[in-house]
Amino acid sequence: MNQHPAMWGHPMTPHQAFNAHTAFPLATPNPMRNQHASSPVSHTQQPLVTGTSVLGLKYKDGVMLAADNLASYGSLARFRDIQRLHPLGNHTCLAVSGDMSDYQYLKKELDGLLREEEALSLSDSHPALHPSQIYAFLANLFYARRSKVNPIWNAILVGGWDATKEESFLGYVDLLGTTYSSPTLATGFGSHIAQPLLREAFEKKAGIDGKGELLTAEEAEALLNECMKVLFYRDARSLNKYQIATVTKEGVQISESKSAETQWGFAEALRGYGAQQQ
Amino acid sequence: MAMHAERSAALHELTSAPIQHAFNPYEDNGGTILAIAGKDFSVIAGDTRQSQGYSIQTRYARKVWQLTDRAVLATNGFAADGNNFVKKVKQRLEWYEHAHHKQMPLKSIARMIQTILYGKRFFPYYVYNILGGIEEDGTGAVYSYDPVGTYERESCRAAGAAQSILQPFLDNQIYFKNQTPEPGAEPFIPGNLPLSTVLALVVDSFTSATERHIEVGDGLEVYVVMKKGRPTDDLVGEGKLAPGMAVEELDALGEGDGEKTFLVTRSLKRD
Repeated sequence: MNQHPAMWGHPMTPHQAFNAHTAFPLATPNPMRNQHASSPVSHTQQPLVTGTSVLGLKYKDGVMLAADNLASYGSLARFRDIQRLHPLGNHTCLAVSGDMSDYQYLKKELDGLLREEEALSLSDSHPALHPSQIYAFLANLFYARRSKVNPIWNAILVGGWDATKEESFLGYVDLLGTTYSSPTLATGFGSHIAQPLLREAFEKKAGIDGKGELLTAEEAEALLNECMKVLFYRDARSLNKYQIATVTKEGVQISESKSAETQWGFAEALRGYGAQQQ
Repeated sequence: MAMHAERSAALHELTSAPIQHAFNPYEDNGGTILAIAGKDFSVIAGDTRQSQGYSIQTRYARKVWQLTDRAVLATNGFAADGNNFVKKVKQRLEWYEHAHHKQMPLKSIARMIQTILYGKRFFPYYVYNILGGIEEDGTGAVYSYDPVGTYERESCRAAGAAQSILQPFLDNQIYFKNQTPEPGAEPFIPGNLPLSTVLALVVDSFTSATERHIEVGDGLEVYVVMKKGRPTDDLVGEGKLAPGMAVEELDALGEGDGEKTFLVTRSLKRD
C-alpha cells in the first residue's frame, strides 16, 4: 500500500497496491478474506481532511519545525487557517501531517496527559515530561493502534529541548508505529522534495557526521523558508502560508503565519503552464 | 462440469465486489544483518540504514542489541515490529533476572524468542532475528529465526535485504562449501576460524552488500562476544583493526566477571 500523503484517501486496485520496491512478499489485501472479515466490524478508516508534509531541522540552539496552514479535503483546499504545529509543555512541539481529525484527537489526548502531569507537579517535585518521553508515548500509542489494525493516520515530527541533557531532540513517528531520528526530517512529499535540500545544507556546515558547527537560527530559518517555497511550487496539496516553530532552552515559540516570495513569470513562456492557448 | 461452473460463479461474485482500500500494517525497512560463531567467540553485525522504498529514513537506526553479557540479538525487517519485539524480549530477560538472580542462558533466550514469535503466529512480527553469543559450555553460537519462530543453531547466518548476496559467500568462506583442500593438505574444519579472519569476512560482506544493494549502507556495527577468560589482544590494541574502524568494550550488564562484549564500528558508503 502506498502511504504517501498524495495517495491518502485514494482507493487502490490490487494491481496498483503492488509495491515494486519491496523485497519481501508483504501481506496484500485479500478480497475474499476481506469480504468476511470486514463486513461486520469496520474500523479501518481512510484519511479525509489531511495536512501535507511537515519539516524539522536541528540547529545550533535547538530545533525548528515548519508546517503550512492548509487542511485539504481530497484535492479541495478546504481549511486554510489550520495550525499544524502544537506545543506540549515548555520544551516540546509537534508538527503533524496526515488526518486532521486524528490530529485533533491526539491534541486532546496529549493535552490531557500534560494536564495530569502538571497537577502532579503542583503538590510534589514532579519533573516535566521530556521530549523523548512524549515521543515514546506517541510511538507506543501509534504502534498499539496499528496493531489493532485501527491506525492513527498521521506522520508526526516531535521537536524538543531536553533540559536535563542540554541537547535538542527530533524524532519521527507514523501510523505504522515506525520511528526514527535524524538531524533533518520531513514527512510525506517533503521527504522526497525537502529532505535532500535539508540534508545538503546541514551537512555542508556540520559535516556528514554532524559533529561540526550547526546552522545558526538565521540560517536554519532561511533554509526552512526555502524548503517551504520549493514545496509550495511542487506539492499541489500545499499552501503558501506557513508557520515555523522554534524550540530552544528558552521554550517553544511559534511564528505568525507567513508566505514565501514566489515567482511565476517563467510560466508565461511555457506551453501548458501559463494561461495561453495550446 | 456443473461443479466447475458453480465454483467459478461463486468466485466471480467474491472477486467482483468493490475492492476496499485496506490498511497494510506492515512495511519493509531494508538493511541487512549477519552473525558468525567462532570456537570461543561470536560476532553479530548489522548496517545502520533504515529505508522505505527508495527513501532513506535515517542513516543511523540500531538493528543489533546487547541483551545480556553473553547474548546479542540482531533484528531485521519491519523496524517498528523489531523495536517492539526487542523491548518485549528485554523485559522478559529483566523479569528472569529478578526471579533467578542470574542472567538467562543463551539457549534459554533462544527458546524464549521462538515462543514469543510463535505467540503472534496469526499476526506475526515481520522480523527476521539472529541471536548470537556464548553458550554455557563456552562455545560461540548463532541461532537464526523466521518471523513465526522456526529456529536452529548454526555457525553462520545472513538475513535481510542482502541475504541472497551474503549467505552463499558465507557458505563458501565459513562452511568451505565448493572448496577442496589441496592434495595432501589438512581437511577443512568449519567453526575454527580466528577472530581477525571472521571480522575481515564481516567487513567485506557489508562493503560488498553496500556496493550491490541500495538498502544497505551508511554504517556498520559489529558486536563481538568473547568467552570468559579469552585473551582480547587479537581485537584490542594498536593496529589490530583495519583503518577507519573503532572498537570499544561495552559495560557489563550483569556481574561483570564473565564474558566480554565489544562493539566494532565502521562507516559504510552513503550512496
